[in-house]
Amino acid sequence: MKEYVMGNGAIALGALKAGVNIACGYPGTPSSEIIETLSKYPHEGMHLEWSVNEKAALEVASAAAYAGARALVTMKQVGLNVASDPLMSLAYVGVEGGMVVVSADDPGPISSQTEQDSRRFADFARIPVFDPTSPEEAFEMIQDAFAYSEKYKTPVIFRPTTRVCHGYASIEASDAYQPKAFAGFQKDAGRFVIFPRLSYKNHGMIEERNVHIGEDFSEYRFNTVEGAASAKAVLASGVSYRYAKEFLKDHPEVKLIRVATAFPHPEDFLLRALEGVEEVLCLEELSPYLEETVLKLAGKHKLTVKVYGKLTGHVPAMGENSADSVRVILENYLGITAKDAEKDETPALPARPPVLCAGCPHRASFYAVKRAMTGKKTYYCGDIGCYTLGNAMPLDMVDTCLCMGAGVTMAQGFSHMDHEGKVFAFIGDSTFFASGITGVVNAVYNEADVTICILDNSTTAMTGHQPHPGTGRNMMDHMTAKISIPKILEGIGLTKVVTVDPLDLKVSIQAVQECADLPGVKAIIFKSPCIAIEKSTKKCAVTDDCINCKKCIRETGCPALSVADGKVVIDASLCTGCSLCAQVCPVGAIGGAER
Amino acid sequence: MNKDILICGVGGQGTVLASRIIAASAMTEGNTVHSAETIGMAQRGGPVTSHVRIGEAAYSPLIPQGSADLIVGFEPSEVVRNIGYLSEDGIAVVNTTAIKPVTASLSDSGYDGTEMVEYLKKRGNCIFVDGAKECEMLGSVKFLNILLLGVAAGSGKLGISVDTMRSEIEKRVPEKFREANLQAFDKGCAIAS
Repeated sequence: MKEYVMGNGAIALGALKAGVNIACGYPGTPSSEIIETLSKYPHEGMHLEWSVNEKAALEVASAAAYAGARALVTMKQVGLNVASDPLMSLAYVGVEGGMVVVSADDPGPISSQTEQDSRRFADFARIPVFDPTSPEEAFEMIQDAFAYSEKYKTPVIFRPTTRVCHGYASIEASDAYQPKAFAGFQKDAGRFVIFPRLSYKNHGMIEERNVHIGEDFSEYRFNTVEGAASAKAVLASGVSYRYAKEFLKDHPEVKLIRVATAFPHPEDFLLRALEGVEEVLCLEELSPYLEETVLKLAGKHKLTVKVYGKLTGHVPAMGENSADSVRVILENYLGITAKDAEKDETPALPARPPVLCAGCPHRASFYAVKRAMTGKKTYYCGDIGCYTLGNAMPLDMVDTCLCMGAGVTMAQGFSHMDHEGKVFAFIGDSTFFASGITGVVNAVYNEADVTICILDNSTTAMTGHQPHPGTGRNMMDHMTAKISIPKILEGIGLTKVVTVDPLDLKVSIQAVQECADLPGVKAIIFKSPCIAIEKSTKKCAVTDDCINCKKCIRETGCPALSVADGKVVIDASLCTGCSLCAQVCPVGAIGGAER
Repeated sequence: MNKDILICGVGGQGTVLASRIIAASAMTEGNTVHSAETIGMAQRGGPVTSHVRIGEAAYSPLIPQGSADLIVGFEPSEVVRNIGYLSEDGIAVVNTTAIKPVTASLSDSGYDGTEMVEYLKKRGNCIFVDGAKECEMLGSVKFLNILLLGVAAGSGKLGISVDTMRSEIEKRVPEKFREANLQAFDKGCAIAS
């Protein structure tokens, strides 16, 4: 039966069709829905997990692939940085069962720290990479990826981008899941224990093998040429190919070359495709990977083709391509004079930066620290999650944000450089499990003076509310012991560990003041569930006592609060009755939710 | 049939469900459909769009500027932000109720959508809906997305029959809210006609 699913769903359905035996991942936009989709379709006999982080996911999957199982690992592009330690080594060792590492890239970036290109990682690790252009193709291509992985006994990277991951299409979902039969782990220390001697031997083998894979890819069904044998060609990959195809449907005289396997590059295919081509425009997102490949080929084979793209300024170096940006690029390339866009004076639009939801407990946590530290010299080290939004005005409580877990460790750096300032780290519960714990150990061992604020909302909120080790549920649908954050911290040996309800402002402020004044490493666990998982029926309302001072708006920036007809009002459809505004109000004019 | 429909609004308004219902209805009538959603950080109160592309002629997930047959706008400034997508003979369904961003509340900028609605009125080809008023009568702002879908269906610009869409909504909403949602949908259709 055909089902209308997201690209990530298509990837999951393709993996199911390939009989994948194990799937591991860590949530990250735009990759999160792959594991979630697997859990929603029949998958009896498959091991499914949200791993604690991407490195753990890749290692768990590697062992399964050593045993001959088909293994899927999912993450966003920056997750591949975390998993790169095992990946680089695994590339040398290889696998027995098919292993596909999905690393979803995010041109824009729309929800990421970097515009890195996972095709570069494939080249770096010397392993094949597959680059789908649409959800339909992703469904087919992930099955191919498993087959190639098994054929060449190497892990492969599968790299969709946001528009493929979050595009919807109809996919033929089969009802029956048939897990692949596999032999089980056959001990062979000469193969599975990485030593310098093995790496030396396999390095040579891998380079030789990659030439063969390139030849194989030259016949690959998704490396295609369309249009006439023209002097001008467009070479595209990923979703950019789709935009180019849409524009070029009115220009069949232009050759359109699609490369689905950037590494190892399909050399024969490219040479055939470029025959008679005098100019080629490389249309790709993130890095000029194919452009460089074509330049290398041109050098090697003394081709006279002129190569345009990001390196020549014909395609922007950064950001995502769109139907419109590609139209402009191609019009310029083909010398088409565009119709003058009608000049239209639109009124100035309000800026709409993303904000913490109304009633979000993180707002209360940040506000308590802000109030407690009024007038003091402070450092606020943020981290990755919804709470990065604590940077927005009026909270303005994030001084740094670098990568998963960095808040805890960067806070230590500030504390060693400045003994006067009060240093805070803010980290969510899922991020704490992913990469916060080692940082806390480092802080205690190296005698830092920091207060670690754990914003525990009992879920992985930003990516769509995935469970984690502290939630008591896993992806096998098992109830598990909730791993206790305070017990972990007590085990590490902090000066003080205190748990508070952030929606109780007075108690929270007191806890912050106490911890900040103590020496060493302290932790405050601000525990209150995400408003999206625990629906509140409580509401606050402004009473006639309101003096219209707007302190509630100025201090909290809650999106449920606004001014209408000169009066402060609370949008009842957004309010969760968290009562932070009521606790801020100087005249007690906000009521409705007792606390 | 080829139709490009752009749904725009603010994260949290229920645009994704609206896009799913349009897609499902178009498929029920035998069309190929593709759509693209805004998922991620922008869902926390940022601008969101859904591009729904019906028909075989859509090779890519995003609608090109100047070619949307219909804009279903959940918020006036978001319609203005995306007005460039509308084709010459396209129509925009506009909820006139503004969502004031926190930045506007903080700076006291006074944004209330009036200027946007004025601009759109001058521009023409819009169907205006007082979302706040209509939803108050319907009992909850939760019916806004179905109300606007009703207007979209009633406008005739979707290329999907009102009945197909109505039964798709019937299938998708929980029993408890079915009657109210259908009432919202019918109200929307009536506004368009």
